Amino acid sequence: MAGAGAGTPAADGLARSRRGAVSLRQISKSFGPQSVLEQISLDIAPGEFLTILGPSGCGKSTLLRIIAGLEVQDAGSVSIDGQPVDHLRPAARVIAMVFQSYALYPHLTVLDNIAMPLRLSRLNLFQRLPGARYLNPGTRLVTAEIEEAARKVAGILRIEELLARKPRQLSGGQKQRVALGRAMVREPRVFLMDEPLSNLDAELRVHMRAEIAQLHRRLATTFIYVTHDQAEAMTMSDRIVVMMQGVALQVAPPKVIYEDPSDLRVARFVGSPTINVLPGRVEAGGGIDVLGGRLPLPAGLPAGTPVAVAARPQALALATRPAGPCLTGRLVHIENLGSDLFLHAAVEGVAAPLVIRHDPALADSPRLGDMVAVALPAARMLVFDSHGRRVALRAEATAARLAHA
Amino acid sequence: MPDSGALPAAAAVRTRPRHRRHGAVAAVLAGPALALILLFLIAPLACVALLSLTDYQLGAATLNFVGGKNYAEMFSDRVFQKSLTNTLIYVAITVPGSVLLGLGAALLIEADKSLRTFYRAIYFLPVMATLIAMSIVWEFMLHPQFGVVNQVVKVLGFARIDWLQNQSIVLFTLCGIGIWQSLGFNMVLFMAGLTSIPNDLYEAAAVDGADLAIDRFRLVTWPMLGPVTLFVIVISAIRSFQVFDTVQVLTKGGPNKASEVLLYTMYSEGFEFFRSGYASAVTMVFLLFVLGLSAFKVFILDKRVHYT
Repeated sequence: MAGAGAGTPAADGLARSRRGAVSLRQISKSFGPQSVLEQISLDIAPGEFLTILGPSGCGKSTLLRIIAGLEVQDAGSVSIDGQPVDHLRPAARVIAMVFQSYALYPHLTVLDNIAMPLRLSRLNLFQRLPGARYLNPGTRLVTAEIEEAARKVAGILRIEELLARKPRQLSGGQKQRVALGRAMVREPRVFLMDEPLSNLDAELRVHMRAEIAQLHRRLATTFIYVTHDQAEAMTMSDRIVVMMQGVALQVAPPKVIYEDPSDLRVARFVGSPTINVLPGRVEAGGGIDVLGGRLPLPAGLPAGTPVAVAARPQALALATRPAGPCLTGRLVHIENLGSDLFLHAAVEGVAAPLVIRHDPALADSPRLGDMVAVALPAARMLVFDSHGRRVALRAEATAARLAHA
Repeated sequence: MPDSGALPAAAAVRTRPRHRRHGAVAAVLAGPALALILLFLIAPLACVALLSLTDYQLGAATLNFVGGKNYAEMFSDRVFQKSLTNTLIYVAITVPGSVLLGLGAALLIEADKSLRTFYRAIYFLPVMATLIAMSIVWEFMLHPQFGVVNQVVKVLGFARIDWLQNQSIVLFTLCGIGIWQSLGFNMVLFMAGLTSIPNDLYEAAAVDGADLAIDRFRLVTWPMLGPVTLFVIVISAIRSFQVFDTVQVLTKGGPNKASEVLLYTMYSEGFEFFRSGYASAVTMVFLLFVLGLSAFKVFILDKRVHYT
């Protein structure tokens, strides 16, 4: 690895690479009459792990492919490290991409697969012909360097013993590593990953999740990771972009996405079990009426405005000594996950049963069919207006301002 | 992969404890196909093999066993030697010609989506048309005086060519017609192969830096077309060995046996001179080549061509 060897401080974990700042300006794309991306703007810091999370068909893969240069946007521009790359071919953008299907070359060995990006960039057409290295000592030298680099990457990914195999002889996890190796070998400014774990079984997915996060820390390069799996997004990312119907709804760290969603759709999409949503109405006195109970929440909206009041399962609790607003429901389903017990209570006036997290260690676990009282702690409620936008409560508003500053 | 369908069944037979009953069921299920294969393929083949060892004449009441006499006569016969050589030359020119041109046409048509179905239909037309009828059209076109081909040659300022009467040209003329006829078939097979290549691979190649078309071809298209190419080559070779219609209509093996080919020899010996025994021996040689090609595909090439 001539030159490249010295240029791998990131791989050695010495210094955080300052390359790989990606900036998207008002990217729009439509396929025929259907708009897929609408005015997406995003700034990704060098070395950041950014996950684009959304349901299938939300445009997240299209956005990634536009960054890669595999798709051309209708409007807007992509810059990497301050330079617009819109006119550049994928390879010239110095990015790497890991595909959902891995897209390994089936006729080449693992070593050849990993070495291919370097062969294509460092050897010309004639030097790449079979046997060319026997004719020219210079070519031989470069070929040896390329192989050396490929072996080094294989060492990092612990797949050295697989180098002579063909892709069809590999398991899903091994193919995944080879695909990562092929991406790593050319030391790209940005790694783009399109649902790289979705073809693996559940156990391996959890394992590879940790491994990719580790790899990111080691390489300290920008990762842009597309997934529909909220667990992947929550566990690996520095920041998450939640996308729906071609719109970026919220860009924030995982904790903020989960605890402080700016949109009801974000709140519903992230979190398992799904967040509970109750119909509410702003009252004249400044509170919110939820199914007859009054929550002392200062929404600052005109009286009579319909709102949605949402609460995570762990924000709700069974009320033993009813104090404050409460809902009564019948237990229709109980899920015991060992660490958590999720009680599903059907409440009149709410379409879906409320899900309440309950500690299985508590002795007084209710039974199926019991009538239970559910306490609604006002402090842990999230309020959204009729468009699904988060309503800043007056008490919270100051805190939110502080957080944004 | 015709044998892949049988694999799960075979595996099931091996792993189940009551395999004997499964074996019986398998025999019953495979029975009809097996009987039909025996009746319509193996039995006639055996008959031809036996006939080739006799002096049977078409319509004769008796026949005598003559051992290898037919074969001995055949290999010392100048006409048969000429016929075999011509057939091999025909195959050696037609196969690469129709495979490479078919691949080229498929790549060109796939490269631009507009008018794709139109081009595909045009190129496929000769495959659909009866070769006998097409041969008559070629006969008109290749007429030394009035044929459109020689008219063009004349306009271009060259001397007229006796496409079908010149001994040293006639075989190549037939090769040209053979290529024209099978090009479309190969092209359609290649187009099917091209559409089944996952787009991810081209995108991976683009990200990896395969910017030149030749790089993408070498890295993705050609390796991924491996199974199709193998199939096309074997099919083209078998079809080329079967060349008959054009010879029968255009040249009758002439002039001076310059376009004599295996099947034509077989036909004229068997159905013009009624020497069925000798014709059977020629048929055996023909079958040997075809079987050899099939065996080559099944036992050697299938193992070296990766299927994803």
